[in-house]
Amino acid sequence: MEQKNVQALQDVVIRFSGDSGDGMQLTGTLFSDTAALVGNGISTFPDYPAEIRAPQGTVAGVSGFQVHFGSSRELNPGDYCDVLVAMNPAALKANRKWLKEGATIILDGDSISEESLRKAGFATLDPIAELGIGDYNVVVPDITAMTREALKETGLDNKSVVKCKNMFALGICFWLFDRPEEHAFAYLDGKFAKKNPVVAEANKLAIKAGYNYAANTHQFANNYRVAPAKLEKGTYRTISGNVATAWGLCAAAEKAGLPLFCGSYPITPATVILEELAKRKDLGVKTVQAEDEIAGICTAIGAAFAGNFAVTSTSGPGLSLKSEALGLAVMTELPLVVIDVQRGGPSTGLPTKPEQSDLQQALYGRNGECPLIVLAASSPSDCFHYAFEAGRLAMEHMTPVVLLSDGFIANGSEPWRIPSMADYPAITPPIVEEAPEGGFMPYVRNERLARGWAFPGKKGLEHRVGGLEKDAVKGSISHDPANHQLMTHLRAEKVRMVAEDIPVQSVYGEAEGDLLVVGWGGTRGHLQNAVDQLRAEGRRISLCHFNYINPLPHGVKEIFAKFRKIVVCELNQGQFAGYLRQQLQEFDYLQYNKCEGQPFTIVELKRHFESLMQ
Amino acid sequence: MATYNYTPADFKSDQEVRWCPGCGDHAILNAVQRALPEVADATDTPHNLFTFVSGIGCSSRFIYYMKTFGFHSVHGRANAIATGVKTANPALSVWVATGDGDSLAIGGNHFIHAIRRNIDLNVILFNNEIYGLTKGQYSPTSKLGKITKTSPYGTVEKPFNPGELVIGAKGSFFARSVDMEVMLTKECLVAAARHKGMSVVEVLQNCVIFNDKTHALFAGDKATRAKHTITLRHGEKMLFGEKREKGLVFENMKLKVVTVGEEGYTIDDVLTHDAHTPETTLHTMLAAMKYPDYPVAVGVIRDVEDPVVYDQGVQRQVEEVRAARKITCVDDLLRSGATWKVE
Repeated sequence: MEQKNVQALQDVVIRFSGDSGDGMQLTGTLFSDTAALVGNGISTFPDYPAEIRAPQGTVAGVSGFQVHFGSSRELNPGDYCDVLVAMNPAALKANRKWLKEGATIILDGDSISEESLRKAGFATLDPIAELGIGDYNVVVPDITAMTREALKETGLDNKSVVKCKNMFALGICFWLFDRPEEHAFAYLDGKFAKKNPVVAEANKLAIKAGYNYAANTHQFANNYRVAPAKLEKGTYRTISGNVATAWGLCAAAEKAGLPLFCGSYPITPATVILEELAKRKDLGVKTVQAEDEIAGICTAIGAAFAGNFAVTSTSGPGLSLKSEALGLAVMTELPLVVIDVQRGGPSTGLPTKPEQSDLQQALYGRNGECPLIVLAASSPSDCFHYAFEAGRLAMEHMTPVVLLSDGFIANGSEPWRIPSMADYPAITPPIVEEAPEGGFMPYVRNERLARGWAFPGKKGLEHRVGGLEKDAVKGSISHDPANHQLMTHLRAEKVRMVAEDIPVQSVYGEAEGDLLVVGWGGTRGHLQNAVDQLRAEGRRISLCHFNYINPLPHGVKEIFAKFRKIVVCELNQGQFAGYLRQQLQEFDYLQYNKCEGQPFTIVELKRHFESLMQ
Repeated sequence: MATYNYTPADFKSDQEVRWCPGCGDHAILNAVQRALPEVADATDTPHNLFTFVSGIGCSSRFIYYMKTFGFHSVHGRANAIATGVKTANPALSVWVATGDGDSLAIGGNHFIHAIRRNIDLNVILFNNEIYGLTKGQYSPTSKLGKITKTSPYGTVEKPFNPGELVIGAKGSFFARSVDMEVMLTKECLVAAARHKGMSVVEVLQNCVIFNDKTHALFAGDKATRAKHTITLRHGEKMLFGEKREKGLVFENMKLKVVTVGEEGYTIDDVLTHDAHTPETTLHTMLAAMKYPDYPVAVGVIRDVEDPVVYDQGVQRQVEEVRAARKITCVDDLLRSGATWKVE
């Protein structure tokens, strides 16, 4: 084996791309997990079509998985890629716009044919020239043929052999970035060894073959070292936003000493939350896969009434269906967490693509004056924290909470320093154990305006709740005008008072300057990177990023007042900006919005911020 | 059998009952309040475990009149909410008060899936074949051609028969009663409570304002009921009539009404009711019998032991997994799978 030049890099973005059946999600995951295990910071972004097997070889059917890994703790999956692995011409074409100038492209040579070029929409027989990437570092190994050759002794049929070509490509990348193969081997053994040891062996052989091919040929000018990130001491794991959300809910249930109940209906991109919770019977979690979205939330409301910590998970279309029942939860003042993993809308929209366009639905999408708490998570790992917070606030304040996530952070993953549950506070809902003198009155409130939570089965606490307006004291049905005014006020005031129970808003960067970037939820990584880069260039720019949306935390006004301009950046048409205009009318808000079903890019953010500071 | 010595008064709330005078709901409330002391003893259920859930409609006001835990929810969702209550705490005795609009129209999906899951709920289905609370529009059980405010020229859609629907959705328990027959309703409710799994008790209820006498042709008074309804009891001959002179026989794949002692039919030819058989054919036929060709079947039509009960299955699975678990707390969970240390 000839030793090549080794070049040190700070960080690298690789995009694995192929047909939606080519196993690109697995390939990307194995690469990112390996990077994390050797100590790199990582951030990942799967970008896949809504169809399980979209038409083969077409641009619409391309499935991608982007990994950003490096020597610092990455905050976003990166805009443009240094390396593109393209399993067919369609994948090359689909990702042309995401290539960095001079990027390395690994294209399966066996995938190039007149037919595949036609399917991918190429006009000529030379895709490289047609895309204008002749000067790039394009390598076209015959991946399929070499995989077939490497696996010829395994006895597997041709179809199964060809399925291993993604592992050959992974092997090439392992060599390019000097990664060990052990983690991937262990994974393949775990997945296949019992059921089908031949398949496990074949996949491992393909990785080795790809690695050796890259090492032995002169196809690649260099290979690269990306030094481990300097991370805080501790035990780490990689975690995706959806799994972190599910686990944060488990944590809240544990800290409240109540069983966790999830009533839900499968919907992209939220389904993994239900799947993860269904596994957690070891922690006593009960899940009901309901007959529809409405039953999902209604079973959860029933479970909340019965004394469980109840949650339901969904995406935008499902939140629409849950609206009426969410109003019931507001009216009956039961604790409930609704997780909305947002996707592109309206209607079915872009099921697999991220957007932040459900904010106003979460805030206002119900009949009547119907206030509730709205939170938003901003990275895969902080989904854990905000799911916990959603549970804490729901149970201690006796109100539904909508937690907004999105397809980007839900499916993305990153390394996470594992917290200790000893560092999390106990959650103390206002549970009523026995009837006070004179009998239990369900709408009598504590100092937080939270009503008492009396579980069915507790002697002497028999009471009735429901969607009709209730007398503020006795809890019986009331149509009294003054009572309705009072109850409307109390429901709003209860949510408003939550501001006393959440952290004061903070600003990232200097406390004053020329431009304040305002964002919320899953865009934090991109916004922070763009702000960091401009600050490094000496610009007076800071970031005010929101996780608590309703109520807004204290301290916002004071932050906003210290900047010449404020720009609110969101993946929608300006929903948070509109909300801020209503909440804090004394400021002018510029907007930067995008609805492409894609995250912001650092490049476009920087360009825009620079123009605002001229 | 436990003895709690409850009386109907123990289940009466202090709320003023606000149904229309003459409404069949009064009689159903009466039957339920009489049944619960017996249910408490028969199923060893103390007062504090009774929980009533309802949707929207006249029937759904029911829960306010019961001195039990109660949840008056939104239209159509009672069965879904009750599913959450029962799954969260299987020890509760969970009852649903619902109507033909609530459970068969807007809540139809929740109704059939609760039945399919065989979750241990006791559903009282008030069937008055009309929307009462919205003042008289046709419902999914209104007879074909029924003239109402939203069908001024008569409906052009066929009604559901709740019994057929329940059995078709894999229901393990179905009973039917008539609002005025308080003792029969009570008998059905006690049987429903004893049954493990989803129990549906349809009560033919008269809406005195918007659909008066809709059931009157066969159920208007005692004498009419004797002639035109048949009370089914497990193990008993299927006889009816003023002098129990008529019976049901099975001929040419059909049920047939005969007079015992005429045309060569003897009592031995008359069917004996088997409510416990899992076979659905005869139960479906019995539930589907319509006036005037047949007597309308009341009593417990189907009461089949089904070991697959949803809330118990969920509970059992949790217990089994917990008994063999490696992850005992969230700290364990967070550290499960691949982790690495940064020193």
